[in-house]
Amino acid sequence: MESLQAVDLTRRFGDRIAVDKLSFRVARGEVLGLLGPNGAGKTTTFSLLAGLLSADGGTMMLDGAPIAPGARELRARMGVVFQHPSVDPKLTARENLVMGAELYGMRGAEVRERVAWGLDLVGLTDRAGDTVDKFSGGMRRRLELARVLLHRPSILLLDEPTQGLDVAATRRIWAQLLELRKRERITILLTTHSPEEAEHCDRILVLDKGRTIAEGTPDELRARVGGDMVALTGDDAQALAREVSAALGVETRVVDETVYFEQVRAHELVPRLVESLPKGRLRTVSVRAASIGDVFLKLTGKTLDGADEVH
Amino acid sequence: MEQALVTKEATKLPPQNLDLATVRVLWKRDLVRFFRQRSRVLGAFVQPLLFWAIMGSGFSSSFRIQGAEGVDYKQYFFPGILLMIILFTSIFSTMSLIEDRREGFMQAVLAAPSSRVSVVLGKVLGGATLAMLQAVAVLALAPLGGFHFADVHWVLLLAHLTLTSVGLCAIGFAIAWWLNSTQGYHAVMSVLLLPAWIVSGAMFPVTNAPGWMRVVVAANPLSYAASGVRRGMGAMPRAMESGTPIVVELLVVASLAVVAVALATFVCRRSRA
Repeated sequence: MESLQAVDLTRRFGDRIAVDKLSFRVARGEVLGLLGPNGAGKTTTFSLLAGLLSADGGTMMLDGAPIAPGARELRARMGVVFQHPSVDPKLTARENLVMGAELYGMRGAEVRERVAWGLDLVGLTDRAGDTVDKFSGGMRRRLELARVLLHRPSILLLDEPTQGLDVAATRRIWAQLLELRKRERITILLTTHSPEEAEHCDRILVLDKGRTIAEGTPDELRARVGGDMVALTGDDAQALAREVSAALGVETRVVDETVYFEQVRAHELVPRLVESLPKGRLRTVSVRAASIGDVFLKLTGKTLDGADEVH
Repeated sequence: MEQALVTKEATKLPPQNLDLATVRVLWKRDLVRFFRQRSRVLGAFVQPLLFWAIMGSGFSSSFRIQGAEGVDYKQYFFPGILLMIILFTSIFSTMSLIEDRREGFMQAVLAAPSSRVSVVLGKVLGGATLAMLQAVAVLALAPLGGFHFADVHWVLLLAHLTLTSVGLCAIGFAIAWWLNSTQGYHAVMSVLLLPAWIVSGAMFPVTNAPGWMRVVVAANPLSYAASGVRRGMGAMPRAMESGTPIVVELLVVASLAVVAVALATFVCRRSRA
């Protein structure tokens, strides 16, 4: 069975443990997401896997055989997409791809063939001669994606692949990734702090403070939240939370001036809630199906964009 | 997508092929980038010439070396200008590493299956080639400084210029990689490399310098480079000679290159720790 496995990966920076005994296994053709807010250890994990940092402990297995994290052979099998695209803005799209291919030992006709393939794959053939400083963020990310696929990697490693992109560009990148996975059974490992992005994953590892706090498919994780998520805003969120708890007997939490609680069939409760409070007490009421972000909130008391629960 | 994506080709290549490819890519990239930025090409030639013309005429009346009265400052300073070109090009080409490594092309190079020593060599050779191109272009103007091409000891001159270029680029690499901060890099360069150039004999004769400075001069590898370049330019009056044998000067500059590359490789490897 083709797979990549990490066992007890650990990395310290001085006294701080950035990645604490992280273990996972990702099978061929699987999309595994490492989800967590900034500081959860995602980027350190990414750097360990890409070979940019050395691990303080732990081992890795490639197709069942032990391999050192960051080993040359592992790097040759991986395509790495960075959060800040690593294409050179002063070079043309084609030059970037040619150099990308050459870094993996390709020469001559093979380079030309693969570069033409890559440009076509991401729809940049007609912009091949333009320097990348004229490209939008989405185009740069696509060019980078093309470049890391030139050497036919079996594993794609992506750090916040759609960070800073607009909705259309994000959709386009994901369509491309899922297409690759389907057609080539390429393994995809990504870090993200976006619940929407996590929905694309087959399996998610939820990270907090360098440790795995939950693992499962998006559905399994969502099942940890009982029903829908209700979010309320109004003056003095703390007081509002107490009033709502008293009126409905639900358990609330306050994060970022917003009162949250879980509720099965929340739509039936909302009219009662609005009537039970004085007029104007609530500024906004929203009800939605629980998201992966709500799971994180429930597990850690923090939102994925880093806001803490207030007690 | 006609063929299956997944193969293991790069894993089957001998590692030295990948390392050579990395050196070539980094070298080529530096050259393409340089010639693409016209302002950089122009600045690279104009700046040292401007410096030479201004300093040369400014100091011409007050400059006099005992026993070499025929040498005016323009002539004296010319070899120093060649070294200055190398120094500034090295600083400029390695300063970009700091950004490049954090959010640029260098990330991709480090994630590729190349060794760290090939990363150092590619970057250093790229910078050194740019430095040499500019030095040779300015060298074409040597007759304006009172030199005759027929008197130039080309092998000696080019050996000194090349070794110094490699050495300074590698020092720049090591400092940029180690500090990982642009401000820190500027600070170190202006208190370390710039003064090293000034007290190398490039700007003013150091043979009659006070005692403490003579110690600094003797410990400064750039003094040997400056003297070597001056010798290489030919037709140097006796009074300006350093007194160090030619071979020793060459050995010092060659050691600078080797030690600096080793240091840069050490720093680059250790950054994974």
